[in-house]
Amino acid sequence: MVKETVIKTVNLNCRYGALQVLKDLNLEIHRNEIFGIIGPANSGKTTFLRALNRLNFLNASYSQDGEIFFADKNLKNICDNILRKRIGIIFALPQVLPVSIYNNIAYGPKVHGIAKKDAIEQIVEESLKKASLWDEVKDRLDSPAMKLSGGQQQRLCIARTLAVEPDVILYDEHCSGLDPISTAKIEDAMQQLKETYTQILVTNNTKQAARVSERCAFFLMGELIELDETAALFTEPKDKRTDDYITGRFG
Amino acid sequence: MTTARMREKIAFFVLGLITLLVVIPILMIIFYIVKNSIGSISWEFITQSPRNGMKEGGIFPAIVGTIVLIIGTMLFSLPLGVLSAVYLVEYARDNFFTRLIKLSVVNLSGIPSIVYGLFGFTLFVLFLKLGTSILAGSLTLAIMSLPVIITATKEALESVPLSFREISLSLGATKWQTVRYCVLPYAIPGILTGTVLSLSRAAGETAPILFTVAAFYLPRLPRSLFDQVMALPYHLYVISTQVPNIPVSISFATCFVLIGLVFLMNLVSIILRSHYRKKKLW
Repeated sequence: MVKETVIKTVNLNCRYGALQVLKDLNLEIHRNEIFGIIGPANSGKTTFLRALNRLNFLNASYSQDGEIFFADKNLKNICDNILRKRIGIIFALPQVLPVSIYNNIAYGPKVHGIAKKDAIEQIVEESLKKASLWDEVKDRLDSPAMKLSGGQQQRLCIARTLAVEPDVILYDEHCSGLDPISTAKIEDAMQQLKETYTQILVTNNTKQAARVSERCAFFLMGELIELDETAALFTEPKDKRTDDYITGRFG
Repeated sequence: MTTARMREKIAFFVLGLITLLVVIPILMIIFYIVKNSIGSISWEFITQSPRNGMKEGGIFPAIVGTIVLIIGTMLFSLPLGVLSAVYLVEYARDNFFTRLIKLSVVNLSGIPSIVYGLFGFTLFVLFLKLGTSILAGSLTLAIMSLPVIITATKEALESVPLSFREISLSLGATKWQTVRYCVLPYAIPGILTGTVLSLSRAAGETAPILFTVAAFYLPRLPRSLFDQVMALPYHLYVISTQVPNIPVSISFATCFVLIGLVFLMNLVSIILRSHYRKKKLW
């Protein structure tokens, strides 16, 4: 079966000022896969994620060359807000707005022009169900989102991203601040989302990448060292550095 | 007790005393004004026009004049100030031009108010031919208020966490939607504080309105934006120094009303602020 490519980078170089963070990156991400990215700190994982929805450009010192294609279209030719609607991101720490649970999710659809109240209510319910949070919060949608626990907040962030109907979801070490049970719940939600979405997961937790992802890439010092099926990468890595990293000899 | 703790106690005592010294003048001023105005403050004083060479009657036109000027000032300075600050914080890149603007804003707040008065007189009254009018006076006061409003709004915007902007942008909101829905609402308390502060100052200023709007004696209400009005601070100046034989208690009663007006404005802002602060959860 030939897999459809959703995201493709060609000779991507990313810099902050003079500091090169990603070097000549070429990789392809397939539709509906969970793509894991592992690597030590400062290996350019997060920069790669944020390059995909152009959030890096919020930093004035950032520059990049090379090409990124999303669904065969060059990123340069897509409006930022349309691109970010289709490629959502979940941040490392749960980032909720200081409004109610309901309004956190309703915000996205509203800025994209959905005004009807019942339409938004339906989106809120569906998104929360997909993020496996509905049962826990359905009776208190009007209470402040900041009162939820960390794990619930992170699932709320997932629901909020789902509410704008993206094609791709980026996860930036989204379980780094969570306990194992919350992490398990979020990983369950990710498995269910696989049917509909392409997911890219950056994580410091190699075990999580091994559990969740189908293909996995190892980044080191801004370079792509190895990319393979997750099972292969974790059992017989071809590069010694990958082997050292996943067995915990450095990083 | 050890010497270190003794020293700490003494230091706290001294600091408390110094803080008290700051409060004492304010209390004394208020006490003095209330004590001296008590004879003249009445319903008639607040609701009637001055009579008999301002020796009798009330100060109603001056109260209305000052309120009209405050409203006019706010209408010009609030949108201009807030939007400038939004531009500077959210949109402008850091370059020579924007640094120049920021420097000018800081320097504008240091200019003496009489200079604003003369500037307003030449620009609005003479050059733009607005005449001595509410319009010219409000515009002059607005320019004087701008730096404080801009600075306060800037600080309020900068104190909104960067993550709010990232959330909004990452959901595909445009820059303006982000500012409108995820930044400005959380900056309102700070903007409010700055605005009320600068408007209170505008309410009490004499110099900027001296040549641009204030009337020496005009015992009727303004009919249009091109009318002159009486204003409390200028009226106070007039009855205290320009007209002989006016009872001192009338001057103090005017003071009392002016301070009361400013106090009311501050009260409104405190109430609004605490209302918004309840929603602040981060």
